[in-house]
Amino acid sequence: MKVAVNEGHDVRNFVRTLVMEKGYEKAELIPFLHEINGEFGYISDIAIQELSDRMNIPTSHIYSVATFYRMLSTEPRGRHVIQFCESAPCHVAGGRLVWQKLQEVLGLKNGETNEDEKWSLLTTSCLGVCGVGPVLVIDHDIYGNVTPEQIPDILSHYE
Amino acid sequence: MKATRSMVLVSSDPESLDLGALEVFNTLQKQIAAFGLEEEITLSMISDVSKKTQNPLVLVYPEAIIYGAVTPDDVPHIVEEHLYKGRIVEEKQISAYDLTGRIAWLSARKGTLPAENRIVLKNVGVIDPESIDEYIINQGYEALGKALKEMTPEETISIIKNSGLRGRGGAGFPTGLKWQFVSATKGNKKYVICNADESEPGTFKDRLVLEGDPHAIIEAMSLAAYAVGADEGFVYIRGEYGLAISRMAKAIQQAREYGLLGESIFGTDFSFDIHIHVGAGAYICGEETALIESIEGNRGEPRSRPPYPTTAGLWQKPTVVNNVETLANIPAIIRNGADWYKSIGTPSSPGTKVYTILGNVNVTGLIEVPMGITLREVISIYAKGMKNGASLKLAQTGGSSGSIIPASLQDTPMDFDSFSKAGVSLGSGALLIGDENVCAVDLAKVLLNFFREESCGKCNPCRIGNHRAYETLVNISEGIGSMKDLDDLQMLSHQLYELSNCGLGQTAGSPLYDILAHFRAEVEAHVKLKVCPTGVCPMSGHREYQII
Repeated sequence: MKVAVNEGHDVRNFVRTLVMEKGYEKAELIPFLHEINGEFGYISDIAIQELSDRMNIPTSHIYSVATFYRMLSTEPRGRHVIQFCESAPCHVAGGRLVWQKLQEVLGLKNGETNEDEKWSLLTTSCLGVCGVGPVLVIDHDIYGNVTPEQIPDILSHYE
Repeated sequence: MKATRSMVLVSSDPESLDLGALEVFNTLQKQIAAFGLEEEITLSMISDVSKKTQNPLVLVYPEAIIYGAVTPDDVPHIVEEHLYKGRIVEEKQISAYDLTGRIAWLSARKGTLPAENRIVLKNVGVIDPESIDEYIINQGYEALGKALKEMTPEETISIIKNSGLRGRGGAGFPTGLKWQFVSATKGNKKYVICNADESEPGTFKDRLVLEGDPHAIIEAMSLAAYAVGADEGFVYIRGEYGLAISRMAKAIQQAREYGLLGESIFGTDFSFDIHIHVGAGAYICGEETALIESIEGNRGEPRSRPPYPTTAGLWQKPTVVNNVETLANIPAIIRNGADWYKSIGTPSSPGTKVYTILGNVNVTGLIEVPMGITLREVISIYAKGMKNGASLKLAQTGGSSGSIIPASLQDTPMDFDSFSKAGVSLGSGALLIGDENVCAVDLAKVLLNFFREESCGKCNPCRIGNHRAYETLVNISEGIGSMKDLDDLQMLSHQLYELSNCGLGQTAGSPLYDILAHFRAEVEAHVKLKVCPTGVCPMSGHREYQII
């Protein structure tokens, strides 16, 4: 993975500031990973190394935690992340066909990012908005009662 | 059940039958046909309802009108006036008083249907959740004041114990007992955790409480802390619930400003403060020991039990872990007493239950009703019938870890004991209603895919068993399954239940068990005939017919 020199510098500074402000107790690890993921879109090797140095936690532990949770990513993602709910309530309400259409239009399968790094397509388990299933989330926008026909229109709103 | 305009039920308990219920039923059938209403009205006999007097009964939903001491001679008038013209026949109408049986706990309690009985959701959508003053005006923090000023911790525990409140996270463990365990464990540091990692598919009741009434959770956690002797609490909210997190943070801040969190609350020597821990996306963290691991900064892998969190929980200290809905009941119980709470619901499962209604019905959403309501009532009254006039084929109760039940169980009262007797899980209260277009194999496949993804991987039965079960279901759905696969699924379901370390693996096998128990013919059609009766499964692996 290529990391620009400046980016590495930013990540290190960001981690240092976090640890300085909130301390280095192990209980802070997941909140810190949240912050890093939110700021940079993913948790890079440099971030893990820096956290390890500052918090005195082995990189293996940090990596095992960062890869355990779905909302944290150790890989860079596209500019827009699409999360499609694949749980039973959305599936029964017509989600199966929406998912097929979504893969077809984007030319992506679950977990893939397209070449120009515009889209990442992920499935997710229940998002707690089952009353309006099928549900998909693009970045922080939630779309409910989605039909296959609406997919091109929904996607066209993102640059 | 069709999405008909009305549903008419005739009581068929022994006494009603003795008094001519069958004739009433037959006459109703004839009269409904005579007015050409067969398409609009469902007529059923129901053995589960009676009154001390005035049998046989005729119940008309959704109005929930009860006619008593009905004879065949009354029927033409009732059909013409009520069912045809929509005018209630008042002279035959009786009150819901002393109505027994399970069909209509609501009518028994409230006299009318449909009516919700809101305890947990009392303030949700009514008050401004970002204003502590509005919460206080609506009896907020009254229970905490009462407990701190007038009651000992032991008295607080005994009220909760006597109320019969059972945990609403899914397992139904008596809340008062849990508090007593923590209280009885010696230790200079104890914790109270609110489990708001609501990830059970189809469940969003806790989100509404957190978003709509966050102070109720703070008050309840303070009461729990007072009762067990804790001074620190955590609310573990799943990371996807952004609004709930910000509302809870604001509420905690307000409570601190008002001196309702912090040192010397209400001028007593009781001190308590709450922190928020934001989850990072893992279904397993709803399991209490995995949740504790996660707060400590680890992978959310459940611990081996015992010891239970009540003796060695967060940082090995005695810890109370309660679900959001459970906690939301606490202030009302302290204010109104145990007897009041026991008067709602069924004797073994007092109180209300919040259900989320989903799937192929006309109205989806959230209701709070007394324990013991039936699925038929939920569908016909609250969900306004099945979508597009379809028939009920199955329902999935309690989210992914719940049960798949066939339409024949729709008159079983939904409370902890009746459901466990029927081998069904009430779980989190999610009710996913499926019509005849839902394929049992496909549904099980979706569920097993979920468990396969969400298994934390710590123990082998769950990690490998779910994967194997999913692969087998995929084969069946592609028409390349064998009859041996069915035996394998049966065995896997058993092994998952017996051998898994925590609740995730233990319940993961229930969809397998349920589809084989209730929809075996449909599953066999996939294997023997290579046909998916509903046309949902791809069946593309059926190589004999594949064109290359």
